[in-house]
Amino acid sequence: MEQVPDVLGYHKTVVSKIAHDMSLNLKVNGATHSLPEIDPQTPLLWVLRDTLGLVGTKYGCGISQCGACTVLLDGKSTKSCIFPVASVGDSEVTTIEGLASPSGELNALQKAWVDLDVAQCGYCQSGQIMAAESLLRTNPNPEDEEIDSAMASNICRCGTYLRIRQAVKTAAKQNLSDDMGGE
Amino acid sequence: MTSLSYAGISELAEAVNGQRLHNSALDEFRVVKLDRRQFLKLTGVVGGGLMLASVAPRAHAQDSATFQPNGYLKIDSDGIQIFAKNPEIGQGVKTSLPMIVAEELDASWSDVQVLQAPIDTGTYGYQFAGGSMSIPTNYATLRNAGATARSLLIRAAANKWNVDKATLATQNSHVVDSASGRKLSYVELAGDAASLPMPSDGEVALKDPKQFRLLGTRLTGVDNEAIVKGEPLFGIDQSLPGLKYAVYQKCPAIGGTVSSANLADVKKMPGIVDAFVLEGNGNASELLPGVAIVANSTWEAMQAKKALRVEWDESDASKDNWEQASNEADRLRLENGQQQVVNQGDVDAALESSAGSASGFYKYHFVSHAPLEPQNCTASFKDGALVLWAPTQTPPQAIGSAARIVGVAPNKVTLNQMRCGGGFGRRLYNDFVCEAAAIAKHVGVPIKLQWTREDDIAYDLFRAGGFHQMDGSVDADGKITGWRDRFITFTADGNRPVTGGSLDASVFPNGLVPNMRVEQTSLKWTNRCAAWRAPGSNVFAFVVQSFLHELADAANRDHLEVLLEVLGEPRRLGRMHTGRASGVVKLAAEKAGWGRELPKGHGLGVAFYFSHQGYVAQVAEVGVGDPEGARQNRSGESVQQRKLYVHKITTATDVGPIVNLSGAENQVQGSVIDGLSTMMDLSVTFENGRVQETNFDRYRMLRMPSTPQVAVHFIDTGEFPPTGLGEPAFPPVAPAVCNAIFAASGHRVRTMPISEEGFYLA
Ligand code: FES
Ligand code: FES
Repeated sequence: MEQVPDVLGYHKTVVSKIAHDMSLNLKVNGATHSLPEIDPQTPLLWVLRDTLGLVGTKYGCGISQCGACTVLLDGKSTKSCIFPVASVGDSEVTTIEGLASPSGELNALQKAWVDLDVAQCGYCQSGQIMAAESLLRTNPNPEDEEIDSAMASNICRCGTYLRIRQAVKTAAKQNLSDDMGGE
Repeated sequence: MTSLSYAGISELAEAVNGQRLHNSALDEFRVVKLDRRQFLKLTGVVGGGLMLASVAPRAHAQDSATFQPNGYLKIDSDGIQIFAKNPEIGQGVKTSLPMIVAEELDASWSDVQVLQAPIDTGTYGYQFAGGSMSIPTNYATLRNAGATARSLLIRAAANKWNVDKATLATQNSHVVDSASGRKLSYVELAGDAASLPMPSDGEVALKDPKQFRLLGTRLTGVDNEAIVKGEPLFGIDQSLPGLKYAVYQKCPAIGGTVSSANLADVKKMPGIVDAFVLEGNGNASELLPGVAIVANSTWEAMQAKKALRVEWDESDASKDNWEQASNEADRLRLENGQQQVVNQGDVDAALESSAGSASGFYKYHFVSHAPLEPQNCTASFKDGALVLWAPTQTPPQAIGSAARIVGVAPNKVTLNQMRCGGGFGRRLYNDFVCEAAAIAKHVGVPIKLQWTREDDIAYDLFRAGGFHQMDGSVDADGKITGWRDRFITFTADGNRPVTGGSLDASVFPNGLVPNMRVEQTSLKWTNRCAAWRAPGSNVFAFVVQSFLHELADAANRDHLEVLLEVLGEPRRLGRMHTGRASGVVKLAAEKAGWGRELPKGHGLGVAFYFSHQGYVAQVAEVGVGDPEGARQNRSGESVQQRKLYVHKITTATDVGPIVNLSGAENQVQGSVIDGLSTMMDLSVTFENGRVQETNFDRYRMLRMPSTPQVAVHFIDTGEFPPTGLGEPAFPPVAPAVCNAIFAASGHRVRTMPISEEGFYLA
């Protein structure tokens, strides 16, 4: 059993039933969840949101067009709205809830997003951050064009692209200087 | 139900003075601007009242140490809490409204915790997000709320120290006695302040704006951290014990009713709890007929919806057809219009005896709001009481509508205001709330209704398309002498044009040119149309500011010079102040380097618009590629394809003093990008009443690689009060870009989206 608080302080009880032959193990943000009987074709998005109560990953289009549902699968950005949960297999899923340190400290991207006041409505931003996270993991010091092409699969209806681009650059710089400092 | 009645909130977004919302749908909820005395009567509770505690879902139990002089703030041992009155839809009011309270309270922003205010019109007046009205209609009230609390805290300290309160000052959430060096925090003073009577009229002093420490600075959004951590904030994030998940299928042609449906098959599908037909309530902005499916998960509900087969009775359903409407407009533009909304001087004589002239047929398609969070609402109906968790822009109206739907009194409905994943006017209408309420009542368990993206676009209330035959003239001196606009718009009831689709005497350049006539003719239309970011202005600006350029060109004159000449001497013209208008035009031109030598193939275009009390001018710098060969557009015409580079858009805005500089800049940049996105390629077309583009694969918004630089400049002369910024920066984008295209290429764009004329963004 896992307790997932929601905005009103209610706790959603996530039942971990391991009974039916269709049960699946899903690794999310470092924890392994045993899913109850579930249609293996269910998109990962709805398992995260409805079953695990991880609602930071958003639904925007359901057809891989907007990026609101972006999560990392073994570090690579993936549209969870069209990704069947059964296909996750042994891969590690990272969602927006898994970026901060266990003590709650924001990572460089999250911090840049807060400090540069990127969000308007904020709805697209967890997907944007996950796409940026995937980029920085493979390309820690991207050029503007590389940022643009990595972020091209994410829509921001409010039009915050300029600040998103700036935040990605700020975070990249921060990561690099942290690395240097650590040597 | 044989006919479709539609009670929208037509004038909401345009009722800019906040005195009163002229619409029957809002009769119960007037926005009343209170003077301070009335305000205190309404919200002031001697001794720190219980009002908020009684309605706030999570308000702490009231105790004597809780200081709560009005609904906007509360100080107790938990610290300082400020309540954000209106829905947050991305326009930033959850941060900017509390900033105003904190400023006059003289609280340190870092000491302040901001909470969404409960929906309680008795305490707050009408609570809504629309028409860029949150700032102008609440500014004075919020300053008073903060200043009232501050004056009581000072009095509490004066009593405690037994000194004259005039010798005390406040600083960073403390009352300080500079003579003795003593100080007490607001939290320490809360209990004493709570027991004081409300201050008299003369006792509450507002700050001199020169002393502002918070207003005008750059503060980051209060929900930023929760957003980047993915915490539950939005309507779609709600969860309740025992929650079930619902979807609702309506007739793809608005107005159709359910003849039959394969409910038995659907109910057999995995995870399905129930499936049933709901009759509409006859109000198309509340509950349309359809089939509800309730399931154990969103996905199972969506799968069942795909398997649902409904036979619709479409005898009264929409037959709307965009192509037919276009053809009809093409014919009507040659005739006199049904109605004259402006008739100044003798426009026919002016057009006949001109030294130069211009004519053009302008056209713009329907578009959808498409906020990124598809409509949803969580509802629980139990023991005759309805509880809603709704991402709405008009919560009091949602309460009224939902109460009617489930047949209870409005005071049996509690609405928890959720952060909205975008609004743009879509959530002024509460059809999704009504559906959720009806479904929750039917099934008797809490449900979350989730619209798919396809639902969200297909059942939107659209920004109407429209057509303008423009004719104008200039004299031998190059001055504009005649301006005629034959506007062909749409009507739902055969009488009044749809919201956002009517012109009136405030249209530019009425009052600025000697002879002008605006004619209006309406085509019948069934699909719902409504307020869409900067209603009316969002399309009219494109037409009139482009056509002004056409006339400047006919006179062989510089567009900027003509625009400034038309605006003329600083004076009031209706709601507009022409001096403020010229001010932003000059600043944008200066910052963009109007008149400078440009690289080959580049062009500069300028446009100005006044909307929602805001003055915005923009200069676009673009480059246009060579024709690349012809392709068919949506309308089946063969058009040359050309690449468009939008290098930079320079903006100048006058909305009076800025509340939050970070938020204001974000709104301008976002509006420009939204404006560019919408003008480039957004269109919904209709065939047999059905929307043809229902997801982002065919409704293609601008993405990061096409985002131009946007320079933001503000003017504040100190003479005018602050006004809102959710909308005014949108309208000038399309004409500025199209005027720049003309300057760069000689091609006059007269259709939005401009992809219809072959342009696509590099
Ligand atoms: S919801 Fe997955 S890409 Fe839009
Ligand atoms: S911030 Fe609203 S969609 Fe991106």
